[in-house]
Amino acid sequence: MLAANPQLSAHGELRHLLTIEGLPRETILQILDTATSFVSVTERDVKKVPLLRGKSVFNLFFEPSTRTRTTFEIAAKRLSADVINLNVGASSQSKGETLLDTVANLSAMHADMFVVRHAQSGAAHLIARHVAPNIHVINAGDGRHAHPTQALLDMFTIRHYKSEFSGLRVAIIGDVLHSRVARSQIHALTTLGVPEVRVIGPRTLLPSEVSRLGVHVFHDMRQGLKDVDVVMMLRLQTERMSGALLPSAQEFFKNYGLNADKLAVARPDAIVMHPGPMNRGVEIDSTVADGGQSVILPQVTFGIAVRMAVMSIVAGNP
Amino acid sequence: MKTRVPDAESLLAALIEQMRPAVPADTGMIGIHTGGVWVAQRLHRALGLTAPLGTIDVAFYRDDYGSRGLSPKVRPSDIPFDVTDRDIVLVDDVLYTGRTIRAAINELFDYGRPGRVRLAALVDRGGRQLPIAPQFVGSTLEVADGELVVLSRAEDGRLSLSVQARVGAGA
Amino acid sequence: MNIHIKGGRVVDPATGLDRTTDLFVADGRIAALGRPPAGFGAARTIEATGLTVCPGLVDLSVRLREPGFEYKATLDSEMAAAAAGGVTSLACPPDTDPPLDEPGLVEMLKHRAKSLNRTRVYPVGALTQGLKGERITEMAQLAEAGCVAFSQTDAPLVDTRVLHRALQYATTFGYPVWLRPQDPHLSHGGVAHDGQVATRLGLPPVPAVAETLALSAILLLVRETGARVHLCRLSAADSVDMVRQAKAMGLPITCDVSVNHVHLSEMDIGFFDANCHLVPPLRSLRDRDALRHGLADGTIDAICSDHTPVDDDAKQLPFGESAAGATGVELLLPLALKWAEEVRLPLVKALARVTSDATRVLGVEGGRIEPGGRADLCIFDPEASYRVEPAMLRSQGRNTPFLGYELKGRALYTLVDGQIVFEAGATSEVVSGEQ
Repeated sequence: MLAANPQLSAHGELRHLLTIEGLPRETILQILDTATSFVSVTERDVKKVPLLRGKSVFNLFFEPSTRTRTTFEIAAKRLSADVINLNVGASSQSKGETLLDTVANLSAMHADMFVVRHAQSGAAHLIARHVAPNIHVINAGDGRHAHPTQALLDMFTIRHYKSEFSGLRVAIIGDVLHSRVARSQIHALTTLGVPEVRVIGPRTLLPSEVSRLGVHVFHDMRQGLKDVDVVMMLRLQTERMSGALLPSAQEFFKNYGLNADKLAVARPDAIVMHPGPMNRGVEIDSTVADGGQSVILPQVTFGIAVRMAVMSIVAGNP
Repeated sequence: MKTRVPDAESLLAALIEQMRPAVPADTGMIGIHTGGVWVAQRLHRALGLTAPLGTIDVAFYRDDYGSRGLSPKVRPSDIPFDVTDRDIVLVDDVLYTGRTIRAAINELFDYGRPGRVRLAALVDRGGRQLPIAPQFVGSTLEVADGELVVLSRAEDGRLSLSVQARVGAGA
Repeated sequence: MNIHIKGGRVVDPATGLDRTTDLFVADGRIAALGRPPAGFGAARTIEATGLTVCPGLVDLSVRLREPGFEYKATLDSEMAAAAAGGVTSLACPPDTDPPLDEPGLVEMLKHRAKSLNRTRVYPVGALTQGLKGERITEMAQLAEAGCVAFSQTDAPLVDTRVLHRALQYATTFGYPVWLRPQDPHLSHGGVAHDGQVATRLGLPPVPAVAETLALSAILLLVRETGARVHLCRLSAADSVDMVRQAKAMGLPITCDVSVNHVHLSEMDIGFFDANCHLVPPLRSLRDRDALRHGLADGTIDAICSDHTPVDDDAKQLPFGESAAGATGVELLLPLALKWAEEVRLPLVKALARVTSDATRVLGVEGGRIEPGGRADLCIFDPEASYRVEPAMLRSQGRNTPFLGYELKGRALYTLVDGQIVFEAGATSEVVSGEQ
């Protein structure tokens, strides 16, 4: 039976951030606006505010990740929270402890917030359904399903450079099939009213019925990039070669890699984005990655402010 | 008997007269969002201060985050001058419990170590819950507990005060 | 014991009977309909006014979890659940631990089931040893021990030569082979139907072609070998079309669908509800509708519960890691009734899918109400309505996707061989236990 959306409270307030899907447009804008204020905090000498003082944030990473975990850690510390990092993959899971048991044990240690990354889609939802009422869950990436904070910082970046979402053409390129980032980006872009969202990739890397998410499908990158304002590249994992999804990285780069030549088909003021880490020469070449249209490094900076906004909004709701 | 609401523009004029002899030109003025910024903009121009106007939003320093959560509308704070050793005047529209000022002072100290901090308020309605006192006041005003004093700004920039009933239980 | 079942609406799909009348049971057999046989003295009278009396339900797939999976469920609990659901005959798949690939295991299972004296258990034997898909089992000996058919259940049978030979061997003796059409490569790693829900939720997909590709291979081999094949748990609209065509061509095939696929679709997964993690996966609404209509027009011969009790821990996991399967033998009756009402099929036709037609697939006697025949009966209240809650389930598995549903139709009495093996509201479970 269909249950209620677990990330919203009975009054529609955001108590967890699990997925962009189902988030009201006003909530997304509130997060972006709040993040703007946190950017100015990160620009002063004392980069902390006392909002989460006395609160404990547990980074529960079942899938290893240094960069995402570090930005969440920095964000939590700038909110004056205490941060505990757990690479759970190594210890208790191998001892056979279930996901929910791990969470229950940590909750007993007075955790106020869990930031969770897991290899299985739906892991954050499962945890959110089982934590005590005052504990908040932030999804830092679950399987192929969602990576909401990445999409939010991508939207913040777009707004920073393009001001308005209406009237934009945005293209997402690469392995959409396996990408939780792409799914979250698509939901965010369509919710914010971006009129044209395109996905570009070979058929083997695009999920079934993806157009139902509100996107236009292109297999030809030049056609797909025509007149585009925002180019969002996705990471290609090299394991895809072994699954008969692609013949080689070289062929992928030839057809779907971003170089200056292909970028020229987009608008001259188009921005180039990438969630990182980049595979130079596979999905993007260095001249573009380091070039004038790339906003890849600012994305990282904005990521801290956006995560501060998400954590402070969610922790303040019952 | 309805509370007599003073005319905001007159209070502003009175405030300017108090401050003119006491506030040097290189004072750093900081308005507290939102009403305090409106008042500070007028003061800043009238007093001819040389340092650009600063604005502060105390949302991240409030003491009621635990019970009320984060305010849905947060504006960035912007202090475009060096705070350390400077003579600062904080400006707010309505001074009440003193908690907003406490938060503003805490936030200010995260920008640097000011030389001196003074407070200017358009209206002081009493009801202090913390030991906070203004150095410059437009006027005091007696208002019932269940009422709010609200500053508004018209399109042409004219300021006006009103007294409104508080919605729901007190904070 | 002589039992007089008084004033019930007697529905027998096999004969087309649908009449309010009396039924008389004696010596484990149906003695008469309408008027009592001479000298009949009832030891027990069951007031059946307002109730429906039909042949005991026949469920073609009920996992009893013994031997080997006792932490999930036991013979005792699952047979009690079956009896409470009005099920008098059930077929259990061979994927126990160890699998039912040796006559000794089959005999032990039959013996245990018989001593519990609740429901008839028809074991389906393993088609290959250990269900490994390599060497065929001793089918003749297994049949002698009591197996009614041979199956691979969900275990992959990759080597088409083995499949071909297993079918040929079975045909030699006329044994039916029950096969689930599922290509192991195309379904590998998948947990949800390859459609809009799997795309949105980021769940590894199982395309419908995983079923239809395997199905076409099976149908061709049936044509080649003449084997009697029963296709288990269809899930795709295209499969129904293929079966319809194959039957029109005269191939000796039958097929079934589970209650889950008749009522639910991928949309029911919602926010990763692991109770909807099933094999085969719940597919699109279009597929569901094709299955409902295929069942109505007889292309699909039977509806079963595909009862698969799973312990709570195995469902309290992220969707992709959770154990697949739903418990449901005690919901077969109300869910079959719900389907019948929704496709507007008269009861006397609809109940065939859980009585006479299912019996035909099993290849055993019974599944009908006729004087002289065995008294396997289900007496149910068609108007009794209730909410499906974990506490009301007798199965040890609480993993049903129908939790919270309001269902109508509840078995009040279940008789096997003329003995009341279940009576609703009895203080103790009647006539059970080793005696």
